[in-house]
Amino acid sequence: MSTTNLWREHRVLLGRWLARLRREPLAVLALLAQPMVWLVLFGHLFTKMSVPGGSYLRFMTAGAVVMTTFNACLTGGVELLFDRESGFLVRLLAAPASRVSLVTSRFVYLTALTGVQGVVILVAAWLMGVHYASGIGGVAAGLAVGALFGAGITALSVALAFSLRSHSQFFPLVGFASLPLTFASTALVPLALMPGWMRAVARLNPMTYAVDALRELIMTGWQVAPLVGTVGALLVFDVCCVATATAALRHGMR
Amino acid sequence: MTSSADAAVEVIGLRKDFGATRALDAATFNVARGEIFGLLGPNGAGKTTTMRILLTLLKPTAGTARVAGHDVTGEPVAVRERVGWVPQEHTVDPLLTVMENMTFMGGMYHLRPIAARRQAAQLLDLAGLAGHGNKMAKVLSGGTRRKLELAMSLMHVPAVLFLDEPTVGLDITARRDLWAYVRQVSGQGTTVVLTTHYLEEADALCDRVAIIDRGRIQATGAPGELKIAYRASSLDEVFLAATGQELAA
Ligand SMILES: Nc1ncnc2c1ncn2[C@@H]1O[C@H](COP(=O)(O)OP(=O)(O)OP(=O)(O)O)[C@@H](O)[C@H]1O
Ligand SMILES: [Mg+2]
Repeated sequence: MSTTNLWREHRVLLGRWLARLRREPLAVLALLAQPMVWLVLFGHLFTKMSVPGGSYLRFMTAGAVVMTTFNACLTGGVELLFDRESGFLVRLLAAPASRVSLVTSRFVYLTALTGVQGVVILVAAWLMGVHYASGIGGVAAGLAVGALFGAGITALSVALAFSLRSHSQFFPLVGFASLPLTFASTALVPLALMPGWMRAVARLNPMTYAVDALRELIMTGWQVAPLVGTVGALLVFDVCCVATATAALRHGMR
Repeated sequence: MTSSADAAVEVIGLRKDFGATRALDAATFNVARGEIFGLLGPNGAGKTTTMRILLTLLKPTAGTARVAGHDVTGEPVAVRERVGWVPQEHTVDPLLTVMENMTFMGGMYHLRPIAARRQAAQLLDLAGLAGHGNKMAKVLSGGTRRKLELAMSLMHVPAVLFLDEPTVGLDITARRDLWAYVRQVSGQGTTVVLTTHYLEEADALCDRVAIIDRGRIQATGAPGELKIAYRASSLDEVFLAATGQELAA
């Protein structure tokens, strides 16, 4: 398994994911517009909520970025399920390409995609008057923490794609999981305003970790010790997700 | 009988069990280099299972198989580098262009991008698809799409090409067109192993065939030899006799 070969596989796989995206202009539009909807809709809906730091828009910018990453990554495995359903995947398994590249190319693609979406949201929020306490470097670090969270979610999505028979099972399951997980996190509401049981759930929710890290960087500035703790926690989360995905892949690649 | 030294495919005592189902039982046959070889048999006979084992996608329960000189269980990657496959299902990406489908496959076989584009252009030319490179694959007719799938499987110049029911669903013109293409590929030195339910197709196209039924090889030989051995006037009659079936009156 030479690096040249891995590079050539990833090159065409990424090219394929991008070409498929490019050919669905509506999907591109939705991917760029949805984050705006979060900002504008929720930003105005909850302006009266009392949040630390005063400005709800500033408070929820981090939430909008991480929610967007979460949603893109949560459905990010479905392309592999489409390929399983159509027989395209098994055709690729007959090639000498590494099995793992199919999955890692999805990680790279989704990290790039959600990175772009994150930047779009941050720029839009900045134009709407949000000020970033830790500067560009801090915000970039926050996006990287978001990507760590996204990687785990992508792995779970891939696991789902290899455990289910068809995409008609995939979308209802993902739709069912998405909203409760978002609301039981600090994406939209601070912990202090949640009922006790929900606060307990939110404290365990990895989305809370990613949101809080980015929010700190936006609203207060660099806090190195908690940031390191968050990165550690998200890495543990990623390891668990990748282990789940590996087991599912073994089972699903037949 | 072919000697194993110049065998492209060598199958010895192959068995495959799916739980209680024995899909393949003591299958033994050789395919000589450069041959067009047909695997014939009724639905569920074990044709696709045989191919999937030879393609390293399934592990045999017992027996051995070598393809292009490499053992399918011991050296799967070496085998994958040397074989091409057009599965029973459709495997073009409808959202890519014809050219993108070709170069994508090239990359999955580790071709350099420039080499892949050159190879793709040559293969499309040979397949009579030269003008179709920028078309979206989803607009192709059934016959053209099948030819594209065949061309895609030739990007890495495989030693052995496996075609699983390549002409199913094609009209007679498209089918004959595909036969000509398969002959052309074979003429350039590629060994071809194909399955089909059209026995006149096997008769016209294959140098030798194996008739397989309920996982067992019932007969192997050139269509002409088999007709003589079974005192039959067509491959249909050979097939029915070898699989113990009779035509309804
Ligand atoms: N993954 C599997 N799990 C369980 N049984 C299987 C599996 N694949 C094939 N079989 C069984 O093995 C037998 C041979 O199937 P195979 O697909 O090889 O037949 P075939 O000759 O290709 O048939 P067809 O002409 O319909 O394509 C059948 O009884 C089939 O049901
Ligand atoms: Mg079959």
